[in-house]
Amino acid sequence: MTKKIEAIIREEALDAVKEALKQIGIVGMNVYEVRGHGRQGGIELSWRGTSYRMDLIPKMQLNIILSDHNVERTVDAIIQAARTGNEGDGIIFIYPVDDVVRIRTGERGHDALMYADDIDTRK
Amino acid sequence: MRKSILRRLAIPLLVAGLLSALSSVAFAQEGPSTSELAEAINVMWMLVAGFLVFFMQAGFALVETGFTRAKNVAHTMMMNLMVFCIGAIGFWLVGFAFQFGSVNFTYAATASAAEWAHSPVTLGDWSGLLATPLLQFGQHGILGGSGFMLAGMGASSGILAFFLFQMVFMDTAATIPTGSTAERLKFSGFILMALWVSMFMYPLIGNWVWGGGWLQNLGRSLGFGNGAVDFAGSGVVHMVGGAIALAGAIVLGPRIGRFNKDGSANAMPGHNIPLGILGTIILFFGWFGFNPGSSLAFVGAGRSLAVTAAVNTLLAGAAGGIAAMAYMWLIGPSKRPDPGLSVNGVLAGLVAVTAPCAFITQTSAVVIGLVAGVLVCLATFGLEKLRIDDPVGAVPVHLINGMWGVLAVGIFANGSAVTAGWNGVATPVTGLLYGSTGQLVAQLFELVAVFVSVFALSWVFFKVVNAVKLLRSAPADELGGLDIPEMGAPGYTTVDMVMPGGRLVQQVPAGARPVAGAK
Repeated sequence: MTKKIEAIIREEALDAVKEALKQIGIVGMNVYEVRGHGRQGGIELSWRGTSYRMDLIPKMQLNIILSDHNVERTVDAIIQAARTGNEGDGIIFIYPVDDVVRIRTGERGHDALMYADDIDTRK
Repeated sequence: MRKSILRRLAIPLLVAGLLSALSSVAFAQEGPSTSELAEAINVMWMLVAGFLVFFMQAGFALVETGFTRAKNVAHTMMMNLMVFCIGAIGFWLVGFAFQFGSVNFTYAATASAAEWAHSPVTLGDWSGLLATPLLQFGQHGILGGSGFMLAGMGASSGILAFFLFQMVFMDTAATIPTGSTAERLKFSGFILMALWVSMFMYPLIGNWVWGGGWLQNLGRSLGFGNGAVDFAGSGVVHMVGGAIALAGAIVLGPRIGRFNKDGSANAMPGHNIPLGILGTIILFFGWFGFNPGSSLAFVGAGRSLAVTAAVNTLLAGAAGGIAAMAYMWLIGPSKRPDPGLSVNGVLAGLVAVTAPCAFITQTSAVVIGLVAGVLVCLATFGLEKLRIDDPVGAVPVHLINGMWGVLAVGIFANGSAVTAGWNGVATPVTGLLYGSTGQLVAQLFELVAVFVSVFALSWVFFKVVNAVKLLRSAPADELGGLDIPEMGAPGYTTVDMVMPGGRLVQQVPAGARPVAGAK
């Protein structure tokens, strides 16, 4: 089974998370700049003395496609690197993925996810 | 080794050679006379100061653009570019003549030119030139009537330098209302506004206070101090620009979404604080031409006036910034050292010290700046309560602190001996704190006359422009940003968008209208 991890983290946590994933052998990822809010509901700002609410805060989103058995380790690594304990640390969603196709080789499924020195080849 | 010794010797040898050559020239032929030298230094000072004031355009452009939204940057920057281009031609055509065309008529009619301590006589012999009023009231001009298109002035380098200096001053006033009207003023309406300020509104007031007009003569005619005294134009430049800015903001109305039905205000944050702060520092730099240059001379009393003005400008700008920052940090609603209002505080201090800068002690300059920094915050909140939308704070900075600066002359002028003879009155310029009430009365005259006439006339002007539907951009254009519908180009774009075959756009055949939203 293949899964997709969608992790919304603080912009400033991106480097630490990337490094932590590299350490455990997660090689591929996509990163998006996103805006949004969760339970915190935004932050209070001020312009020339008039305050306003920025309810859609800039965040980074990491998309990682990986095999089922690697999900827990990966999620733990992201949490370790991204957690400050304050509101706004972010959230992680996990989805099932139907299939994966690598364009260059036509490999599918788990084969399409294999890289040299990735989390599975290390074991 | 040998090379380095030669190199070390080369420069001293060269200098010694040049010096001996120069001294032999100086001894061989008679050099310029002392008065020729003085005049040359004065004219050069005028040019250099004028160049500095010109650079204030860059400051205004950056402050206004940084404090408005990204969807309007091309429009706001273009207003700041074109206000200079249009203003320069308008001022050359008629503005300069209206402002200074009767300056020598007044001087000659009231006294010998030399009796006027502060007059362009330091820039050469102007006798017979700029001596024809178009409208006059007794011995004073109300509107000048010679020097249109600088006709007949080209031979006097002093007048040409004076024109350049006065033109960039006018432009400072003209570019103030582009801030209060930003993000909703139609570009065609803006063109009319630039013509209005450069060809009529500014020159009229400039004539009254600097061109030998009735306010300048209040000392001689009614005995009020030295008449209206406005060293570098808290009234003539900043109040004029600020009053036009207020009239424009009122007639235009607020930007869509700025105020709620219950009267409360919504913040419309500017898109680039670094641009705003860079612009402020450039303006501060330019102000060292604006205020010290208004000595109109550097030899004799001019030097003392210019240096006093420079130091007081420095101190008041700094004090204004500190006061606004402290007010917002300690008292203001956000309890933070607000960058937007700190910028306005620096400018407020500079505006307020513009009229009094050559007449006051350094302590007074700091006091004037501190008051200005608080005034600008209070005025900003006051305008918001009145539901007048001024995106960059042009009215609190230029109108309110222009008024404060005009009054400050009547309060803080210290009666320094170099100001004796100002506006043809033998006594020095002396304020309330130094025992004279007459000067404050003259300053009140200037404040009321400038505000009432500029605001009223400009209000009518904007109403007329509005009536012919050239004032306010269409709501849809305003919401989407003025850059694309009005200028046909977004201010910020990506390389991909502008390259031929770019991924985000397609090339359009010549003759087709590529602009979305264009009619």
